[in-house]
Amino acid sequence: MRGGAMIPLIETFELGKRFGELVAVDQVNLRVNPGEVLALLGPNGAGKTTTIRMLASILGPSHGWVRIVGLDTVAQASQVRRQVGMLTEHHGLYTRMKSMEYLAFFGEIYRLPTDLITQRALGLLDRFGLSEAVDLRLGAYSKGMRQKLAMARALLHDPTVLLLDEPTSAMDPESARLVRESIRGLRSGNRAIVVCTHNLYEAETLADRIAVIRKGKVVAHGSPEDLKREFLGNPIMELRVAGSLDGAVRLLPDGAVLRETGSNWLRFQSEDPQTVNPAVVRAMGMAGIEIVTLSEIGRSLEDVYLSVMQSENPN
Amino acid sequence: MISGEPSWLPGTLTVARREIRDQLRDWRILAPIILLTLFFPVLMNFTANQAVQFVEQYGAEIIADRLIPFLLMVVGFFPISISLVIALESFAGERERLSLEPLLATPLTDGQLYFGKIIASMLAPLGAAYLGIFVYLAGLFWRLGWQPPVGLLVQVVLLTTAQSIVMVTGAVVISSQTTSVRAANLLASFIIVPVSQLIIGESLIMFWGRYGVLWWIVAALVLVAIVLIRMGLHLFNREQLLGRDFDDFDLKWVKNSFWTGFRGRAETLSGWYRELLGQTLPQSRGSILIMILALLVAYWVGFRAASDYVLPGDLFQADRLQAALGEELSSFGLLTARGWLWVAWNNIRALGLASLLGAFTFGVAAVVLLMTPVGIVGYFAGNFALAGGDSARILGGLVLPHGLLEIPAAILAGAAILQLGLAALSLPKGSSLGASWLEALGKWARLNLGLVLPLILLAAAIEVFITPRVAMALLAGGP
Repeated sequence: MRGGAMIPLIETFELGKRFGELVAVDQVNLRVNPGEVLALLGPNGAGKTTTIRMLASILGPSHGWVRIVGLDTVAQASQVRRQVGMLTEHHGLYTRMKSMEYLAFFGEIYRLPTDLITQRALGLLDRFGLSEAVDLRLGAYSKGMRQKLAMARALLHDPTVLLLDEPTSAMDPESARLVRESIRGLRSGNRAIVVCTHNLYEAETLADRIAVIRKGKVVAHGSPEDLKREFLGNPIMELRVAGSLDGAVRLLPDGAVLRETGSNWLRFQSEDPQTVNPAVVRAMGMAGIEIVTLSEIGRSLEDVYLSVMQSENPN
Repeated sequence: MISGEPSWLPGTLTVARREIRDQLRDWRILAPIILLTLFFPVLMNFTANQAVQFVEQYGAEIIADRLIPFLLMVVGFFPISISLVIALESFAGERERLSLEPLLATPLTDGQLYFGKIIASMLAPLGAAYLGIFVYLAGLFWRLGWQPPVGLLVQVVLLTTAQSIVMVTGAVVISSQTTSVRAANLLASFIIVPVSQLIIGESLIMFWGRYGVLWWIVAALVLVAIVLIRMGLHLFNREQLLGRDFDDFDLKWVKNSFWTGFRGRAETLSGWYRELLGQTLPQSRGSILIMILALLVAYWVGFRAASDYVLPGDLFQADRLQAALGEELSSFGLLTARGWLWVAWNNIRALGLASLLGAFTFGVAAVVLLMTPVGIVGYFAGNFALAGGDSARILGGLVLPHGLLEIPAAILAGAAILQLGLAALSLPKGSSLGASWLEALGKWARLNLGLVLPLILLAAAIEVFITPRVAMALLAGGP
């Protein structure tokens, strides 16, 4: 913190990237603070990987700038890459190596002491459930095992910024859950994590904030709740009563907008559920209508995503 | 966090070590190396022994004398040929397997990755080549008591090393233009064909016994290697490796890149010429200067060679020259439109051939080809002078009238080809080899179509209709 303001570990300003005539990334402004997880969500070819490559100082921006831990990704590229751990979209392992040898190679590149490499490598292999496969060549690993080893590689030098491009792609549900739990475990006060994904569940469960990218532009940005509110409107509440719904509809207080009704249920939307919901309960109680449940209708990120995509592409 | 930027050498060696370890686990690389290191030299040894015994029966010892050093070179070359395969696999293979990006995300610099891979591609094959040479020489010493002259041994070792560097650095340039080993192997002909021609040339030189020439070849190979390393360093960078999809053939992109160079910003024909004269020509002044110097050197070398290889003086008697000229006039159709077309077509063909050769040799072969006729003119002028004639007169009579246009045309054509070659060597930052080369090809076409072709057509007309008359008039006065 400086003067009360948090210094972001990742900051971009009007970030853009062109490949010839193709605009891959356009005017992207992001800020990820320590301890935060940001998900970049978007369809294939939206510009997520190009963005993450620019954050990792692998590609230089055509426009704007990126700062990682306050370092410029162009002028201080090597220093930036020291701070960043990156899980690439394709695991890219060397199939004739074994896991310890593989991690040692990357540890050597980061100039970690041999003892520390061994200690961390063993710890990471254990964490990802790969300890029993240390004698196998990486060519014999399953897709999930390879992805987990690639995660271990990205974490080996204990990076301040972790960039994960499709971390659970090609994984079976059990391995995917293990990796997601690991990512949750990696969240710490001095680390920022960016997860690039088109898995909506993953984005919703892992990220504090989500940036939806389409055709290189960030078209929506905020916490999952903010996004739902912005794109799907106010939360929808469902009231279920014992018996018939007769007369209940007209008891809805001001601020509750009726959306749907059934034989013994109704749904309403409210800008201020904290005030409106108790008023609904009170009104029903006074009218002698027995309430079975009053709950918020779950709205998935998928609805938000589809809404964003449709609003961006009316055709 | 405990990590640091890898200092240059350790980082490079880390990359190289991993690659070498990987190679030594691949039987497809290991088997030929072992075979060429141990079995092949023994076979060559046996061949040399048999040849020596055979030719000695007929008193042709010179063949054996030349064969043994030649086989020494072959024994060194065969293992290093594998370095090309390893380099293609290392650069294009790693891109194809998508294992390059994790490396690009580390603090390693592009140079560390590049040199680490170069070292790894060369080390095992070169080690095998040196070992093979040792095995071959040990066998020869044991069976024939033959020891190579130190100079020859140094030459072969340097040639082997330089060829390996050229092949590997060439492979990097090729690999950087593809995303698959298959495509890289197809493009590898651009290395295999010139290198095989080089080996044939070296063989001829060795059988001829002109070992001194090998030093020049070593020097030339070192220069080529420097050029290729420079290109490789430009092409092997994160931006180029991840920023483009090379294998797609995009005809529109090819056309646009060429058109950018050819048309420039011009909207009209006069604008196009203004740009040609005001921009393209001044941009080529360095190449034009090189061409002028090259042609002057060619003339001087030809003129000097006349004293070493003197032609019979009576060839330069005026009546014989006049007779020869008359013969030319009747047989080649000079002073006719057919003769004009023939001369023009001949010159266009020569410049076309020079361009084609230049495109694959950074312009060098084109310059050498264009120097040849000027060297021949110098040689005849030198002989004319030795015969007591005035060499300025032969130039004035036989060359100058059309040469006033033809020589500038050759200079401009040579400069355009050099520019084309230089386009591959000095790529603007951020541009690809393909785009840069196609744009240079457009400029080459602009210069040739706008200036060289009109000059050649005019020069041919003068050569056919005016030069013979001037020559006859001048020669009438005798040498």
